[in-house]
Amino acid sequence: MHIPDGFIDAPTSAAAGAVAVGGVAICLKKAADQLDEKRVALAGLTAAFIFAVQMLNFPVASGTSGHLLGGVLAAVLVGPYIGALCVTVVLSVQCLLFADGGLSALGLNVVNMALVTAFGGYVIFLLLRKLLPRTVGGVVASSGIASALGVVLASLVFTIEYAIGGTGGASIATVGGAMVGVHVLIGIGEGVITGLTVSAVLASRPDLVHGARDLYERAPGGSPALVGDAA
Amino acid sequence: MGGGHLGHAGTDGLLIPGSTVVHRAPAQLKIAALLVFVLAVVATPREAVWAFAVYAVVIVGVALVAAVPVLTLLRRLRIEVPFLGFALFLPLLGSSPRVQVLGVSLSQPGLWAAWNIVAKGTLGVSASIILAATTPVAELLQGLERLHLPRALTAIAGFMVRYLDVIVGEANRMSIARQSRGYDPRWLWQARALASSAGTLFVRSFERGERVHLAMASRGYAGSMPELHRRVATANERVAAAAVPLLAVSVCVAAHLVP
Repeated sequence: MHIPDGFIDAPTSAAAGAVAVGGVAICLKKAADQLDEKRVALAGLTAAFIFAVQMLNFPVASGTSGHLLGGVLAAVLVGPYIGALCVTVVLSVQCLLFADGGLSALGLNVVNMALVTAFGGYVIFLLLRKLLPRTVGGVVASSGIASALGVVLASLVFTIEYAIGGTGGASIATVGGAMVGVHVLIGIGEGVITGLTVSAVLASRPDLVHGARDLYERAPGGSPALVGDAA
Repeated sequence: MGGGHLGHAGTDGLLIPGSTVVHRAPAQLKIAALLVFVLAVVATPREAVWAFAVYAVVIVGVALVAAVPVLTLLRRLRIEVPFLGFALFLPLLGSSPRVQVLGVSLSQPGLWAAWNIVAKGTLGVSASIILAATTPVAELLQGLERLHLPRALTAIAGFMVRYLDVIVGEANRMSIARQSRGYDPRWLWQARALASSAGTLFVRSFERGERVHLAMASRGYAGSMPELHRRVATANERVAAAAVPLLAVSVCVAAHLVP
């Protein structure tokens, strides 16, 4: 899903770039009071974690594999604003250093993989949290389902971008069908891994899961503030 | 689909050390030049085949000046293979009119679309490869800062890049540990071990972040890294760095006027 240069035409790429800049600016503003010099180091390590996790190729079905996008995972672990910033940084570094995703398409990639997954997915996560019981299992199920839907949502947004400014000759139905179809499969994998990852973190350091703060606010002895007590 | 490109090479493993003009140019100029260049390439009408030939000559020229071996450039171009696969399908699936090429009926719009993706994608990837091959990561980050990117972003990127090798090393060790216990996943329901590894990796990364922050705070860190060697671009460097994007923009404009 890393869109290269020339895949989507220049006006659409520029418009997506403007949307990405606006979205990232809002994230920076919202995260500013949390992003003191302490949190910046932790956000950087979270970004490095997302980068490493994107290298985990998981089996989808015999032979084929997909890799995590990590947007919803980041949002559940560190909150949607810092999560979106982390994924944005990952995408920018991948683009500048590894030529993965075109520089002119960076706006498109940030919109699809950082903003849509972190915010769209997080909204779904919050809705599911309201519907499901307030337990650890509820958090795990919500994060799994939300991240699966987040991936499909991202592929839908890609299809819209392709419909507006796609340079390919193939019809929108063909591209959209293929994209969404593949990403339903990837989404299932993403959902399973995200849910299991969140449950693994909840098992050892529940205070590190932003999306489950309400469960641990009155945990005996432990403060919900994450930093400093474990070092 | 991305991913998997960091396997063996660390972030600075991409650098090809040298002291050419391209290596010495300040990073902020190189990044700005790259951005203008790819924007010009993307905005060029695909029918202007000559313009893409000029861009390719420019890229090869810069690669020669920067002493980036052509073989290395070609090897790193593999990153775009998945999209080339997509491009190959377009002539088969595209709409009419269709043309006969070597006895196969291909769609003319599909052929143009495939050409468009292959040409622009390859030029963009090559330009980025040259930037990464001639610029150390630390300079790249400083360059972004000097281009007035928000400090929170460059700081996150700085920590990420510095600790990437450590975390990727951690992930690789965990993967070796899994494999040596006979882990060979074929199906999705075998992914549980991977997920608990990811959970462990997050906790370890986060705790490392806490320790790193304490260590830095105790050494006087108050939110920004000291700039060790400040590089202000000289007038000559600005002119030299402006040459490539200026050329690209004029080719792009010319391609719109004379298709």
